[in-house]
Amino acid sequence: MGLELYLDLLSQPCRALYIFARSNSIPFEFKHVELMKGQHRTEEFRKVNVLMKVPALRDGSFTLAESIAILLYLARKFKTPDHWYPSDLQKKARVDEYLSWQHVNIRGKGSKLFLTKVLLPLLTGQPLPPEKLEGVTEELNVVLKQFEEKFLQDKPFIAGSEISLADLVALVELMQPVGAGYDLFEERPKLAEWRRRVEEAVGKQLFQEAHEGILNIKTLTADKIAPELLEHFKHQLLKQASQN
Amino acid sequence: SSGQHRTEEFRKVNVLMKVPALRDGSFTLAESIAILLYLARKFKTPDHWYPSDLQKKARVDEYLSWQHVNIRGKGSKLFLTKVLLPLLTGQPLPPEKLEGVTEELNVVLKQFEEKFLQDKPFIAGSEISLADLVALVELMQPVGAGYDLFEERPKLAEWRRRVEEAVGKQLFQEAHEGILNIKTLTADKIAPELLEHFKHQLLKQ
Repeated sequence: MGLELYLDLLSQPCRALYIFARSNSIPFEFKHVELMKGQHRTEEFRKVNVLMKVPALRDGSFTLAESIAILLYLARKFKTPDHWYPSDLQKKARVDEYLSWQHVNIRGKGSKLFLTKVLLPLLTGQPLPPEKLEGVTEELNVVLKQFEEKFLQDKPFIAGSEISLADLVALVELMQPVGAGYDLFEERPKLAEWRRRVEEAVGKQLFQEAHEGILNIKTLTADKIAPELLEHFKHQLLKQASQN
Repeated sequence: SSGQHRTEEFRKVNVLMKVPALRDGSFTLAESIAILLYLARKFKTPDHWYPSDLQKKARVDEYLSWQHVNIRGKGSKLFLTKVLLPLLTGQPLPPEKLEGVTEELNVVLKQFEEKFLQDKPFIAGSEISLADLVALVELMQPVGAGYDLFEERPKLAEWRRRVEEAVGKQLFQEAHEGILNIKTLTADKIAPELLEHFKHQLLKQ
């Protein structure tokens, strides 16, 4: 039994792993865990990841959760080219800095916009109140500004002249609000150029293949979601809505 | 609380206007996880802090990643809700609000014990690592706010004792003196412009 990656490409961190592994020709078995069918909440998957989340890795008897940890594990184990996680102390620190900051910021706000725009109306059966969409869009705009001003600046990539894990993780997260219908690259030419560079560095075809599902997510209807998952989401999102 | 993180001078160190930040010559760095790793590597600290063993290192990375939204997220939320919100609104905290944030923290505490700590002395195994230190300082925030989460969690309390001993009890206590006295904080001790900023943040949420 070789390396197994438990993935659903609708999930941003899963796409980062998929693209990284394929781009570096890392051999792995793609274990599809369909979130919409609630397959992440089965007893079987729980043995791989007790937190019941994708992505997850199984390498022999070793299991690992959290995409950042898995990316670093693969980069080290398969000795991928240095630019992915540079040996230079300061460049490596720049990558760590982004990978840390992004959880709450780009990932946090990008996910929030996606869930609010795509999932909430499906759960409530009501159209989304415009002020709610404006609110989550503004929160994302704030962190996009910080991303451009602090992390990207005038460099080709976050760590400097070459692509690293930071750029890949950043871009897959930004594709989530794009899939939800917010074309955040449209009025941000510098960001759009950076996106083109990242796609080219990993391979345009691979990137597009990984994003096919999320870019067609607006066709999602409530009947395509497993009933127990709908209930779970309702509980989560409406609890969040009442707190926010 | 005096708003010194929002000055032009500090902005030159960290444009995100947050602490902690590092400056090493002309090199500046934000984000505590990045800074911890930078220091561990630059000063070649003992291996257990960030083990060279691939799988142990991955366990540390796994916790450091998960904690942002979970232990840190929910611990901070409880602290801000319990300590700051009443100061901003001038009203006592509604009990159901405190119950809500406490329950959210309890959920991640359970995950912490069941997945990350289990029956091991420390997160990565037999020795302390960056993961334990980052975890414990975050848990001290709700403790400072008055939620003694260690009281009915003996395994967690034992782990805390081990971590304090590993870093040095006196040093740990010295570092936590401020936060453990935070309940004496009153609105007049907070810079006015910061109060306004917080009101906007917390009440928007």
